[in-house]
Amino acid sequence: MPDGGIGAPTKRREDLRFLTGKGRYTDDINLRGQSYCVFVRSQVAHGRIVSIDTSKAAAMPGVIQVFTGDDFAEVGSIPCGWQIHDRKGEPMLEPAHPVLARGKVRYVGDAYAAVVAETEAQARDAAEAVEAEIEELPAVIDMVKAVSDKSNLVHDEIGSNLCYDWGFVEENREATAKAIDEAYHVTTLELVNNRLIPNAMEPRVAVGDYDETNDHSTLHTTSQNPHVIRLLMGAFVLGIPEHKLRVVAPDVGGGFGSKIFHYAEEAFVTFAAKQIKRPVKWTSTRSEAFMTDAHGRDHVTKIELALDNEGHFLALRTNTYANMGAYLSTFSTSVPTYLHGTLMAGNYKTPHIYVNVKAVFTNTVPVDAYRGAGRPEATFQLERVIDKAAREMGIDPIEIRRRNFIQPDEFPYQTPVAVSYDTGNYQATMDKLIEIADLDGFEERRAASAARGKLRGLGVNCYIEACGIAPSNLVGQLGARAGLYESATVRVNATGGLVVMTGSHSHGQGHETAFPQVIASMIGIDPSMVEIVHGDTANTPMGMGTYGSRSLAVGGSAMVKATEKIIAKAKKIAAHILEASDQDIELKDGMFTVKGTDKSKAWGDITLAAYVPHNYPLESLEPGLEETAFYDPSNFTYPAGAYACEVEVDPETGQVEIASFAAADDFGNIINPLIVSGQVHGGIGQGIGQALLEQAVYDDNGQLLSGSYMDYAMPRASDVPSYVVDHSCQTPCTHNPLGVKGCGEAGAIGSPPAVVNAVIDALHRGGHTHVSHINMPLSPSRVWAAMQKS
Amino acid sequence: MTKVSMTVNGKTVSGEVEGRTLLVEFLREGLGLTGTHVGCDTSQCGACVVHVNGEATKSCTTFASLCDGAEVTTIEGMANPDGSLGKIQQAFQDHHGLQCGFCTPGMVMSAAALLKDNPKPTEAEVRHYLDGNICRCTGYHNIVKAIMAASGQDVSIAAE
Ligand code: FES
Ligand code: FES
Repeated sequence: MPDGGIGAPTKRREDLRFLTGKGRYTDDINLRGQSYCVFVRSQVAHGRIVSIDTSKAAAMPGVIQVFTGDDFAEVGSIPCGWQIHDRKGEPMLEPAHPVLARGKVRYVGDAYAAVVAETEAQARDAAEAVEAEIEELPAVIDMVKAVSDKSNLVHDEIGSNLCYDWGFVEENREATAKAIDEAYHVTTLELVNNRLIPNAMEPRVAVGDYDETNDHSTLHTTSQNPHVIRLLMGAFVLGIPEHKLRVVAPDVGGGFGSKIFHYAEEAFVTFAAKQIKRPVKWTSTRSEAFMTDAHGRDHVTKIELALDNEGHFLALRTNTYANMGAYLSTFSTSVPTYLHGTLMAGNYKTPHIYVNVKAVFTNTVPVDAYRGAGRPEATFQLERVIDKAAREMGIDPIEIRRRNFIQPDEFPYQTPVAVSYDTGNYQATMDKLIEIADLDGFEERRAASAARGKLRGLGVNCYIEACGIAPSNLVGQLGARAGLYESATVRVNATGGLVVMTGSHSHGQGHETAFPQVIASMIGIDPSMVEIVHGDTANTPMGMGTYGSRSLAVGGSAMVKATEKIIAKAKKIAAHILEASDQDIELKDGMFTVKGTDKSKAWGDITLAAYVPHNYPLESLEPGLEETAFYDPSNFTYPAGAYACEVEVDPETGQVEIASFAAADDFGNIINPLIVSGQVHGGIGQGIGQALLEQAVYDDNGQLLSGSYMDYAMPRASDVPSYVVDHSCQTPCTHNPLGVKGCGEAGAIGSPPAVVNAVIDALHRGGHTHVSHINMPLSPSRVWAAMQKS
Repeated sequence: MTKVSMTVNGKTVSGEVEGRTLLVEFLREGLGLTGTHVGCDTSQCGACVVHVNGEATKSCTTFASLCDGAEVTTIEGMANPDGSLGKIQQAFQDHHGLQCGFCTPGMVMSAAALLKDNPKPTEAEVRHYLDGNICRCTGYHNIVKAIMAASGQDVSIAAE
């Protein structure tokens, strides 16, 4: 086995360019003859466009062209990627989403005009000279009110602010209600899953380019999935066939979901470049990013958990209002439904579960997937209501969870919410957590905190997530308008090096380091012989990109399949040269050997023969060594784990400090533990941000009050502790070739309930036993106010 | 337009700038040094940190014209003379202190400024010092670890 294969904590090779300033992000791209574009954005949340006068702007220095919605009259609507059917089987309401607003503006930041000029400064100056008369309408902000209000509609033409009313699983509805009505005990919790702004540190950028001689368009964009953008924008919006459109997503500075979606700005620069026959560049400012990047979460929920007298779960019902914002972003409709409802069983055996979700249009920026996407919302409410139930019934919170766990011998486990978990061992991750978090020492630490006048609390919870959403035919039945396979082309060069062209995309996940580790182990060569190409539709096979912790589980599996084909063919070549049957050829440590003999050939001899086929079975085998595979998983993967947080609350101020945080995860097999730990750290950091700091706030008029880093509290280094993470509990996934499950979102899913559970615990230990819940973010003022009530 | 000259990463450079041209624009657009990033417009994120006359400076809120005659160091100037990673850069790679890499140049430049003034900082001092640098990817754990390691202090390897 070579060094640095599967399981090695290999340092990342991509770091060399990032650490020396040689990364190539989209904003680093400047094309010859490039022009600059600035959007004119609505300052009101809801308004009727009476008139737009661009004449003054058009006459400003350096201005090339000013565009309004009328220029896009012949252009398609930005599509939504998932059609939900409501409780009665009717399709969701799906209003048009124009590239530039026409008729009405629907959120603060909705673009209704754009200026293209020689320099960015000129475009900015001219954008200010665009004169629009916009008749302001009352803003639709409150989701619950919006559902019944027919007099004020975000989209007049669809007749309602309710996008869909979804029941899952609708057949469970009555049995769940009956079990709740008859139960020994029912715990009810109303909560808000706070609206978040993803805030990848690289703002979005798009550069459109057009080659007149070939009628060929290119878009450079900050995307997690260039092929998806090419398909959506080409086929649905601009009407450009794929072979005339190239989408490149080079180094991308973080995504967290917010760079999955097809945004209007991408279509704009591609369209405008063709109109003016010059490259057009748009770089988002951070202020624009706050207003226009799709936000995350924003659920208002009531959850009820029914239990018997021993704390066994009998039934679970949850009713949620989910904010869609003003338009349906690419995967917005799937997040509160199939990425949320399917997870409501958590790690537990609950016989009856019913989920109702009402998705609502409001005059706010679209809401879509943000790290975890639906699964944090499911986990938060479930793990909070369990904690509350444990307290009400006087059962230890760890014990009540253990009592309801799906046991290791019960897999595969069919939940009442459609999915079937393949493997898991929730007792094991809980045991591991107790060890790594040193929960036995909690009492001592609590006493020490108390001596310093602080209330210390402990929060423990579990989570399960579903990664690598699939299979395509099933999700198609559920309304997905795309396949969810992944692809890889493995090209072996004559002298033995390999290039893997993957349809997935790295924007921090380290594919360039981890993927070669897999191939190195399969062939028995050094990982430095393998290079990864991603991010360009011109040189990678059609793939669905990176989100939902799918790269390794789905994209890695495609790479394994392609490499298996390579090995099978190479064995045939070796068999010919070694004059043996290919059944008798073994590949180990980069050597092909005839079983039971000392006859062998090196990897490089065979790859050379493939391209210089002199001694070669040409009559039965094509020359060359290059294979492509598409992998469509048969099921999701189900990472799971147990998290513990200890907090110290200042009883005078309500200030919460995270004293410690521990995570025991089961990700199945691990390819690179260094990268896996990093993913968990990052997720926990974001989860702590959600729990304590972050909140997107719109006022009643639809003005975004938290529109900069001065008002939107991002977690800083001093807000978080060092984390204790462990992923030694491993139940390999049973249905993909690597046995991997995915680790990208776990931290963000598992951590918010741990923090909140810990704060509630601290308050109870401090005598504030009336406090059963505080909505996130747990700011000092909220915690302090909760302590004052009695 | 006014003419400015300064020393950037040891080389004398000059160019024409407007009064409103920011140092980061001069570096990125004028000199093609795109390692320095812009992550915000309120001087909060630290993606743009460079050294001006040895001091950590947010180049997004510094006018290029005010840097006339200054010594400027950017991330492109942090490697060893032989091109290998400098001590802080190497520690970031060793401890997986970066993911997407966007905040990284600013983090490295801030770390260098910290260690110059405080060669053996405590973990709390490192975290406090980084308050002007936002990272969305790493949860800060491995950044803090990398800086502690670069200061020569013992940190267990970040693999587990
Ligand atoms: S770019 Fe954000 S602080 Fe300078
Ligand atoms: S590594 Fe991505 S923002 Fe820090």
